[in-house]
Amino acid sequence: MSINMPSLRVMAFATVAVLGLAFALVFFYAPNDADQGFIQKIFYVHVPIAICALIGFIVAAFHSIRHLRTGDPIHDVRSYVSIHMGVIFGTAALLTGSIWARAAWGKWWVWEEPTLVSFLIVFLLYATYYPLRYSIEDRERQARYASVFAITAGAFVPLNFIAVRLAESLVHPRVFATADGGLPPEMMLTFFVSLAGMALLFVTLVRFELAAKMTSAQISRLRRALDSEAPAASASRIAPAVPADQTA
Amino acid sequence: MSAIRVILVKDLRIELRTLQSLPAMGLFCVTTFVIFRFGLDRTSLEGSLAAGVLLVTVLFAALLAINRLFVAERDEGGFDAIRLAPIDGTALFFAKVLALFFYLAILEVIALPVFAGFFLDDASGLLPLAGIMLLLDMGLAATGAVISTMGANSRARDLLTPLVLLPLLIPLMIAAAGATEPLLAAGGPSYDGVGTWVLTMALYDLLFVLVGYATYEFVLED
Repeated sequence: MSINMPSLRVMAFATVAVLGLAFALVFFYAPNDADQGFIQKIFYVHVPIAICALIGFIVAAFHSIRHLRTGDPIHDVRSYVSIHMGVIFGTAALLTGSIWARAAWGKWWVWEEPTLVSFLIVFLLYATYYPLRYSIEDRERQARYASVFAITAGAFVPLNFIAVRLAESLVHPRVFATADGGLPPEMMLTFFVSLAGMALLFVTLVRFELAAKMTSAQISRLRRALDSEAPAASASRIAPAVPADQTA
Repeated sequence: MSAIRVILVKDLRIELRTLQSLPAMGLFCVTTFVIFRFGLDRTSLEGSLAAGVLLVTVLFAALLAINRLFVAERDEGGFDAIRLAPIDGTALFFAKVLALFFYLAILEVIALPVFAGFFLDDASGLLPLAGIMLLLDMGLAATGAVISTMGANSRARDLLTPLVLLPLLIPLMIAAAGATEPLLAAGGPSYDGVGTWVLTMALYDLLFVLVGYATYEFVLED
């Protein structure tokens, strides 16, 4: 991320403030849903998390394009962190979606809800990012393959949503489809504050992970420089390599 | 263009002489149909069940070919030869897509009549179905060629390709199933909504041929 970005501390406080406001709005301001009652409030958590995860995947694809174009490993690290955080948010989205389905329709999983099904397929695809990445030993090739995967999967995301949407007969009323027109203004406001909070959380976590990766790369470099005789412990196998000149 | 032709002819000639993939795929299809006959306990199929049996069988038979697609390149140093040769790396991509497309088309020439003979009361939907299968083959070939190259160059090899490929193929299989179902409906084929699904499949094929074309150079690079 660029120098103009606010510091991690500011980001963290902003995230806590906005998410706190969002939860206050969810519980004290937004009205209970006429149809589903209190349980509908999970909508303010579930939908923003899912949107953040999907945007994270798309952002990862753009970082990957830049990685392949420039060959700069920093873009690969960013792509990795975006996908990593997207998968974590995706897990949360699937869990909250499942809880919502259980409460609203009495089943833990509902195949008639196209958005949730699309999301599961996208999640399954991105879950294979890790086995793909770590079955390739050569660092540079690993980064390139991961980028090709991220671009392919990024192109896959919209197509998948089209295909699943076409396959469903739309028997269930979909809350998100009404978010433009049907939602009362109190709910709209609460939803957008929640979305902003989740987006801040996503970006902050991504930046924390990036900072952690940069720092650990710098430490292992310093350790090697200090103790050049004995070979330093090899860098983590479950994290992409960080370039020498790109420290935080 | 001539590089594509040379690699393609090489692949087809190897297959013709060794018969490594195609007979195995054909046998796999027929055996799987027999398993479905007992697994489902049905002697005739129609509609979505027929579409499912046919497409799942073809999908897994295709995985056999996709897994073997780059075995020669990997074991005999073909990747290095392509990198050394003064040709565009994407020539390998297009040659492999075409080779896989031919394998799958030939497989279906065997598998579709067997499927019809085993399960279908009314085979009049087969001809339009062949067109759907060609679109399916193109999608399988385009994604399969890219992912198989990655799989061949990884430690996990035969494990990785199906793992990554299966979720990637879900939209294609959704569209193929949607298009196949009305064609195999009980009481003769209908064309309800087939057009939308054909368009979706064409979009999928186009998208992944383009993605493969744009990224393949990086998969090949060393």
